[in-house]
Amino acid sequence: MTQSKALRPYLLAAPQTLVFLFGLVLPIAVILIVSFWNFNGIATTPGFTLRHYIGIFTSPAYLSTYINTLKFAFLVWLVCVLISYPVAYYLAFRIKSTKWQTILFLICTVPFLTSNIIRMISWIPFLGREGLINKALMGLQIVDRPVEMFLFSDFAVILAMVHLYCLFMIAPIFNSMMKIDRALISAAEDLGASAFNIQKRIILPLSAPGIAIGTIFVVTLVMGEFATMRLMSGGKSSSVGYLIKNQIDSLQYPAAAANAIVLLTLTLLIVFAILRVVDIRKQL
Amino acid sequence: MSKINRRTFIQGGLATGAALAAARCSSPQAQAPSGTPNNPAQGPTINTNQIKDVTLRLIGTGAAQINDIRVKAEEDLGFKIQMRALSTAENVQIAVTQPKQYDIYDGEYFSLPLVVPSGNLQPIEVSRIQEFDAITPIFTTGELYSGARVNTSQGTAPRKVMYVTGQDSTEFAPEPTNWATMIPFQYNADTLGYRPDLVGRKIESWAELFNPEFRGKTSLLDIPSIGIMDAAMVLEAQGLMTFEDKGNMTPEELNQVTKLLIEQKRAGQFRAFWKSFDESVNFMTSGEVVLQSMWSPAVTAVKARGFECIYAPLKEGYRGWGGGLGLSKNLSGIALDAAYDYLNWMLDGWVGGFLSRQGYYSAAPEKARNFMQPEEWDFWYEGKPAAIDMIDPFGKKIESAGAVRDGGSFTERMGNVVCWNSFMQQQEYLVYKWTEFIVA
Repeated sequence: MTQSKALRPYLLAAPQTLVFLFGLVLPIAVILIVSFWNFNGIATTPGFTLRHYIGIFTSPAYLSTYINTLKFAFLVWLVCVLISYPVAYYLAFRIKSTKWQTILFLICTVPFLTSNIIRMISWIPFLGREGLINKALMGLQIVDRPVEMFLFSDFAVILAMVHLYCLFMIAPIFNSMMKIDRALISAAEDLGASAFNIQKRIILPLSAPGIAIGTIFVVTLVMGEFATMRLMSGGKSSSVGYLIKNQIDSLQYPAAAANAIVLLTLTLLIVFAILRVVDIRKQL
Repeated sequence: MSKINRRTFIQGGLATGAALAAARCSSPQAQAPSGTPNNPAQGPTINTNQIKDVTLRLIGTGAAQINDIRVKAEEDLGFKIQMRALSTAENVQIAVTQPKQYDIYDGEYFSLPLVVPSGNLQPIEVSRIQEFDAITPIFTTGELYSGARVNTSQGTAPRKVMYVTGQDSTEFAPEPTNWATMIPFQYNADTLGYRPDLVGRKIESWAELFNPEFRGKTSLLDIPSIGIMDAAMVLEAQGLMTFEDKGNMTPEELNQVTKLLIEQKRAGQFRAFWKSFDESVNFMTSGEVVLQSMWSPAVTAVKARGFECIYAPLKEGYRGWGGGLGLSKNLSGIALDAAYDYLNWMLDGWVGGFLSRQGYYSAAPEKARNFMQPEEWDFWYEGKPAAIDMIDPFGKKIESAGAVRDGGSFTERMGNVVCWNSFMQQQEYLVYKWTEFIVA
């Protein structure tokens, strides 16, 4: 009787552990092993070589792919924060009725009812040389020829990614802000704090865990991106995800595996850095 | 008209069925290779019943994984066929790494230097392919007609990877042997496509792709091994580089091509790069791009949307590609017999006619001719003006009466293939250099 009771927590944890083991730990272990294997241009053979890792760190092309990926992660994150913070603030503090908060928050999620790819592709007819925006600008005689940088450019990539991932930032910030004790703000107001000071000294610090969680979502999503990058840049820009895909397509599994490990490590380092700065456990 | 078509098909189908049945009954079963479980010969009835239980699993790229073909084959041959449409890259991946997942590999010839060494394909016994002699010499001997540019074409030309040295060999044979790697069924000559209404003049050279006149309005394929070949055609046409073999560049050549490509990219020559067929169609119809490397069905698709599009015959020649069917090493016994039946059926002409109406060429053109109307044959193969409207296999009109096929006849187009889609010895370095180009 006591024995079965002692076993119970293990049994309860077992399904989760097994999924975790076979769905996450094992595949990553395999990727790690393959990243040391040999590749002769045609076939992959077991062995141990650091060639693929050395290649990543010594090649200007690979390094600039990593820098490009980080650049996009940063820019998308920045724009997401700049958009999400005011939106979340408005929802949490300016809308007084809970009903309307819920309704407006649901409206934020409407674009997410369609698939990623469709949301992304729908930008293309909008932004193109013969697209709606250019037609409108030309019609209003603001420009005399189509603006080309709207599509197949860094701008297009960032626009699409922000559109795809902004909600992942809005939701946790909104959640943090809802937990802020309103009495704190009333007290600050009574003591004569300016609106800016209230933001700076109360709302921003208390919603930091939400921003951190949103950051983790957005950064990890953008770091692994390849479809948006390819379609919206028209293949003119590359990310590590896209590099990995190209290597898999040409059967270079060890090199792709090495890149996957480096990318994973880099992303985890960013996540750990965020966790060191902000204690997100307060949110859980 | 489609009525006549269908009738012809049915008649042809019946004839094929009858011919196959006759061949089955009359051919001594002892012909089956040793180790076949059905040896000694069994009665044809039992045999037919057994073949009914066979299901052949095909993998291939979208081009020929068409339901109509599957339905027709099942009807004519009496066994089941499963088709899986994959991207070019996935197709090769599965062929090399997952041999148990397929019975028949429908792939391009340039993938063979990757697939054959894996030992996952069993060589095809040429003497079991009844219509092997009807296959165009582009594949079998490499000599289309005397003096044709295709005879000395560069890259992974099908003639270089058509045969292996023996039944258990994975080594390519330079001369015809009785052991083929794949039996071809479709191929074409690729070139640049353009919108004449937006370009405003005739495009006659690959060099035009890098002409500053079209700055910001051109596109290239973002598939390293094919994109680099098109780039090489352009650079050679511009007189900037010459290659011993565009399909097998040296590292120095790759460095130089990449350097020149990056210069073009930085100067803003390219609007975008395309990876899938429909992307290239959208670029062209939206007017984002006016001149780009294209595949022939993409040109057809652009036209079908009501835009003019020319698949330019260029003076430097075409880049060719060819697809065929290989047999998995897992096949044996009755399933292997069924697979050979399928290969023979593919050459018999119905499929040839079907694919020809989409603008591809049949591996056995004369057999396909039996399943085409004379006007269709004249348009697609002879380069003559269409006497009637051209209808694709799905019933859609793709050319009006009076139109002439861009590039002309089969001999003019295929005869001027100067290089083929290729697998390079420097493939790994090529992918690396291509990455450099894309991130630049």
